[in-house]
Amino acid sequence: MKVVLAEDLHLLREGLVLLLRAHDFEVVAAVESGPDLLAALLTHRPDVAVVDVRLPPTFTDEGLQAALAARRKIPGLPVLVLSQHVEQLYARELLADGTGGIGYLLKDRVFNAEQFIDAVRRVAAGGTAMDPEVIAKLLASNSRNEPVARLTPREREVLELMAEGRSNAAIGQRLFLSESAVGKHTANIFAKLDLSPSDDDNRRVLAVLAYLNEK
Amino acid sequence: MKHIRALGHGLALFALVLVQVPTALIALLGVVLSFVLGMVFLLWPSVRLVRWVTALDRRLINRWAGLKIEEPYNPPPPPPVRQRDGWYRDGRTLYRKPTIPAFNARLGWLVRDPATWKELVWLLIDPWSRTVLAAGPTLLIGYGIYQIWQGNPWGLLFAVAAVVIAPWALRVYALYAMAMLGPNHATHLVGQVRHLNQVRVEAADSQAAELRRIERDLHDGAQARMVAVGMTIGAAEQLLTTDPEAARALLSKARESSATALAELRQLVRGIHPPVLAERGLGDAIRALALDSPLKVDVSIDLDERPESPVESAVYFAVAELLTNASRHAAKVTIDVSRRDRALRVTVADDGPGGATVIPGGGLAGIERRLATFDGVLALNSPPGGPTVATLELPFALSAMEPESPVSGRRAAAMAICWSLCWVPLIPQGIVAGFMLIFGAPTKSWFLALHMPAPFQWPTVFAMIALGAGMLAGGIILGASANDEKALGC
Repeated sequence: MKVVLAEDLHLLREGLVLLLRAHDFEVVAAVESGPDLLAALLTHRPDVAVVDVRLPPTFTDEGLQAALAARRKIPGLPVLVLSQHVEQLYARELLADGTGGIGYLLKDRVFNAEQFIDAVRRVAAGGTAMDPEVIAKLLASNSRNEPVARLTPREREVLELMAEGRSNAAIGQRLFLSESAVGKHTANIFAKLDLSPSDDDNRRVLAVLAYLNEK
Repeated sequence: MKHIRALGHGLALFALVLVQVPTALIALLGVVLSFVLGMVFLLWPSVRLVRWVTALDRRLINRWAGLKIEEPYNPPPPPPVRQRDGWYRDGRTLYRKPTIPAFNARLGWLVRDPATWKELVWLLIDPWSRTVLAAGPTLLIGYGIYQIWQGNPWGLLFAVAAVVIAPWALRVYALYAMAMLGPNHATHLVGQVRHLNQVRVEAADSQAAELRRIERDLHDGAQARMVAVGMTIGAAEQLLTTDPEAARALLSKARESSATALAELRQLVRGIHPPVLAERGLGDAIRALALDSPLKVDVSIDLDERPESPVESAVYFAVAELLTNASRHAAKVTIDVSRRDRALRVTVADDGPGGATVIPGGGLAGIERRLATFDGVLALNSPPGGPTVATLELPFALSAMEPESPVSGRRAAAMAICWSLCWVPLIPQGIVAGFMLIFGAPTKSWFLALHMPAPFQWPTVFAMIALGAGMLAGGIILGASANDEKALGC
């Protein structure tokens, strides 16, 4: 699987390259600035891009802008965005086109190699990987939303994990539930939020995120 | 009615001459005694007496002529500070008690304040100007009645004209009083320097406190955790060959510790300068705040440039604070960010129950303090029953849209014309022509009124006097407002 990597800190970049290579990814380009990233994405057309938000030359949100620009040119290009902080505002911008293939994680998540690689694979497959902190913020800003408030604590946990982009199987593993029990919770959640159920994991996640972003 | 009232007010002001003259004489005696005979203890009561009378004048003029005259005095000296050894220092002398240094400081303050002397002079010359301007219309009516009684029908015109010009005369007198009793440019600057000093001290204080807080947070938080991470990794290194299982457990603990340290650092950074503010500027940072809030927040941003970074940061934290306050009581908030010329204006309105007030030491007072560094103000309108509207305005936060507007140039020209030419209609064409009419002039010369047909001669004279007085008043007003703006602009 071809990966383009953009990260301006040398140590972290090298570390990520090692980590990705160790898991059978082919790092076709590891760049360190916004313009280089856009060029690399457009020439290599990778299966997934791992991008730091803040990059030279301006050290603002160069990485995010380059990723969004590339996705406008190549619709659905899978991008996993890494950052020292997460903002709902950025998550919304990434999700705005509603096509999936989006990840948005704190850099700390790299510490847990297994979960990080899992997230990269999920994004590459057209799924979503949202940081738990983004989802926590999203739910906090929906705390006065009637239907969300009606969820049981268990359903809330399932909703959080689902919004992060996990499949029913993964959620079951996390919460020590059978897959069918998770399925029941999901159906309840969809009923309470008045969303039409879907069997496709990715579409389901996007529907939930769109619902929570509506506020 | 307005004219009659103006006549009455003028007379009442004139009646105060009965207070002014004795006060002036007593105060003058006090000042002379304190300087010639060294009875310095008389100076303070004398000046107090003068200030009491002029304060009365300011109050009456404000009430009757609608002209607010600020007090021009320099700020009083701070009380003497006790030294570490328990003595009070005044110059090169040490005192056991603060009484004498305080007295000396107050004496110096009074003597050095030009307003002290200006007001004494005012008390001595004002009875005359007051007789002419404030009581003038009434005297003119009296003169008119006397003329009628003498069988001169023109007297009626005097009386009518006096009634007509009465409000004008009062206004001109008020402007004259403002020029004499109000603060001048230097006093304005003294006030501004004092304000800036205070703001600077507060800014430095709060900055120092902020740095201390950051230092403490780093010291107790991330720094301590990194030490723990290092120690744990060291221990794991030693166990690596003997007990790989334990080493693995230690390493995973180190990883957790470093993740916690990162989370704490993130929190800290957000409190110092939120990353989204650095990356996107004020508009998007406020949008991000709105998204994170549990309330329904409508944001409208109309800003075509980024203010200076410290301004952005102050406004961001102010809006964050207001949003937090609103989330306790309200359900819906509207935030509006816009510019008015160079001013940045932010309005935060919520639908809560209202009744918010600025409590010293509270969050709103903190916003006020933070904005004051940039000459910004917080206006809070929160009637009981709501809604609450908080408006932040920072007058010079943005760059000028265009160079100085031509209006100020035109105003300067108008001011110059008013000042330089007001004497022409007032004195020769007005007063002198009037005297020439009364006493019968041998030649007409350049006096416009004398060239007029008989019925228009007196009206011309009065129109000229009114024009001259109007120009004088205009000059004073324009000059005063230009000074105000200059004082604000620098």
